[in-house]
Amino acid sequence: MKAVITVIGKDMVGILAKVSATCADANANIIEVSQSVLQDYFAMVMLIDTENLNVDLARLDENLKKNVTGMQIHVMHEDIFNSMHRI
Amino acid sequence: MGLLNMTDIMETITMIQEEHLDIRTVTMGISLLDCADGDIEHSCGKVYDKVVRRAERLVQVCDGIEKKYGIPIINKRLSVTPVAVLAGASGGDPVRYALSLEQAANTVGVNFIGGFSALVHKGFSPGDRALIDAIPAALSETERVCSSVNIGSTKSGINMDAVALMGRTILETAERTADRQCIGAAKLVVFCNAVEDNPFMAGAFHGTGEPDCVINVGVSGPGVVRSALEKAPPHADLTAVAEIIKKTAFKITRMGQLVGVEASEMLGVPFGIVDLSLAPTPAVGDSVAHILEEIGLEQTGSCGTTAALALLNDAVKKGGVMASSSVGGLSGAFIPVSEDRGMIAAAESGSLTIEKLEAMTAVCSVGLDMVIVPGDTHADIISGLIADEAAIGMINGKTTAVRVIPAIGKNVGDALSFGGLLGRGPVMKIHAGLPSKMIERGGRIPAPLGSLRN
Repeated sequence: MKAVITVIGKDMVGILAKVSATCADANANIIEVSQSVLQDYFAMVMLIDTENLNVDLARLDENLKKNVTGMQIHVMHEDIFNSMHRI
Repeated sequence: MGLLNMTDIMETITMIQEEHLDIRTVTMGISLLDCADGDIEHSCGKVYDKVVRRAERLVQVCDGIEKKYGIPIINKRLSVTPVAVLAGASGGDPVRYALSLEQAANTVGVNFIGGFSALVHKGFSPGDRALIDAIPAALSETERVCSSVNIGSTKSGINMDAVALMGRTILETAERTADRQCIGAAKLVVFCNAVEDNPFMAGAFHGTGEPDCVINVGVSGPGVVRSALEKAPPHADLTAVAEIIKKTAFKITRMGQLVGVEASEMLGVPFGIVDLSLAPTPAVGDSVAHILEEIGLEQTGSCGTTAALALLNDAVKKGGVMASSSVGGLSGAFIPVSEDRGMIAAAESGSLTIEKLEAMTAVCSVGLDMVIVPGDTHADIISGLIADEAAIGMINGKTTAVRVIPAIGKNVGDALSFGGLLGRGPVMKIHAGLPSKMIERGGRIPAPLGSLRN
C-alpha cells in the first residue's frame, strides 16, 4: 500500500532532509517527490511505499509533526485521493 | 505521482483543512427484533447486551480510519429497531428501554442513539401508543436517546389522530426540559415517509426491513460546495453552477463510500448506504444558506430561495448517485435553522419566515428542522404545522419531517442555545390562527391518488 505525505508552509532550509530522514527511520520507501516554492510558500507532496513500515501510519504522522516543526503536515492513505479524483 | 497529481491532492487537503469536509456520521444500525421478550426487564437486558456486543468496537475502528485517511469522522452513532415493537411485546413502561439504550450508548461511547420510535402512519398498536406517551419522560431522563414517529406516508395517507397527539407530545417534551433550553424537543422528529436507513439524528432508526446489523454513512460538505462556487467565474450561468455542485458532490460521496466500505469490512458488518446529504453545522463556512447566497440571493428567505435550493438539492443527488451505487437515507440538502449560521442570520434578520421554510421543504431532502417557536404556541398549531409538512411529503412522494422546539417561557425576540452541533437560534413567529376544529376531527387523510401505482 502507498501513502501520501503533504508538507505546506513557509520555505526554510532542510525541510526535505528532515522529512526524508523521518521516512527512512520508519522504513518507508520514497517513490516520488514533487515540490514547488511560490514566493516564500513551500508545498511538497511525497508518495511513499508503506509495505514495510516499522511503525503505523498514525505514528509516522506524529513523528513527522515532531521532527518538522512549523509546517502543516498530513499523512494520508492514497485511496482517499484515488476515490475522490478517479472514476 | 503516478495516477495522482499534485493539484488533486492539494484540493483534498484544502477541502478537509479549510472547507470543513468531513464524514458527519458513521451510524451502525442494529436490529433488536431478537431482544423481544414478554418480560420488560429481560427484554431491556437483552437490548443492552446486544447493542454493546455489536457496537463495542465502533468508536475504535472509526478513530483508526480517521487516522489512516486523515479525514475527520465527527460522530459515531447507533440506530435501533423502533422500540415500539419491543414495547408491544413486553408491555410495561417504555421509558425502561430508553434508559437501557442510554446506558448502552454510554458504554460504547457514541453521542446519540436513535430508535425510540413508532411507525403509526395507518394506526396505533398498543406498543405504539405506550411509546408515544412515554416520549416526554424518556427524552427528559436521557441525554443520548433520540425519538421519531412516522405519522403519514404516500401509500397510506396521514394519521391525523397521531398528528394531534404529536402536537401535544412535542409541547410536553419541551416543557419537561424547559430548564435545559427545551432540548428534549430537539431530539424528537415527526416524519411522513420516514426512511429505514437514515444515518442522521435525531430521525435515525433501524427499519424492520434491514439486516441484523449494518453500517450507514452520512457525509457532509456545504463548505466545500460553497467554496467551489466561489471560485467559479462570477457570471457562470445556472447550468454551470449545477455542474460545479454535481462534481463536488461526486467527490464528497466517494469519500463517504470509501469510509463506509472500510468501516464495514473492519467491523465484519454489511455496508448499507451512503447518505449524501449536505449537512450544515453552526461553524463558519459550513452553511447551506451561504451556498444559496453564493448562487446569488441577497439573503436566504428572499424570492428565489426555493428555486436555488431545488437546483442545489437536485445537483447534489446527481453527483452523488454517480459516485456510489448504495445511495440511501435522506440524501439531499438539509435546512436546519439552528444548525446553520446563514439560516440563523436569515431568521434573526426576519428574511426567513416559517412560511418560506415550508415552501423550501417541498424541494429539499427533509423538512422543518430545528425551528424554534414561541413557548405558548398551542398544541393544535404545532399539529397543524405537522399536518402541512406531512401533506407536502405525502403528495410529492418524499420524506418530510418536523422538528420544532417550543421555547417554554420565551417569545419572538428571545433565543435558545443548545450548544454543539445543535446550535442556537431565534424564536420565530408562527401564524397564531387555530386549526383546532380540523385537528379535533381526527381520522385519516386518505392516501392520495398517487399511491395507486400497482
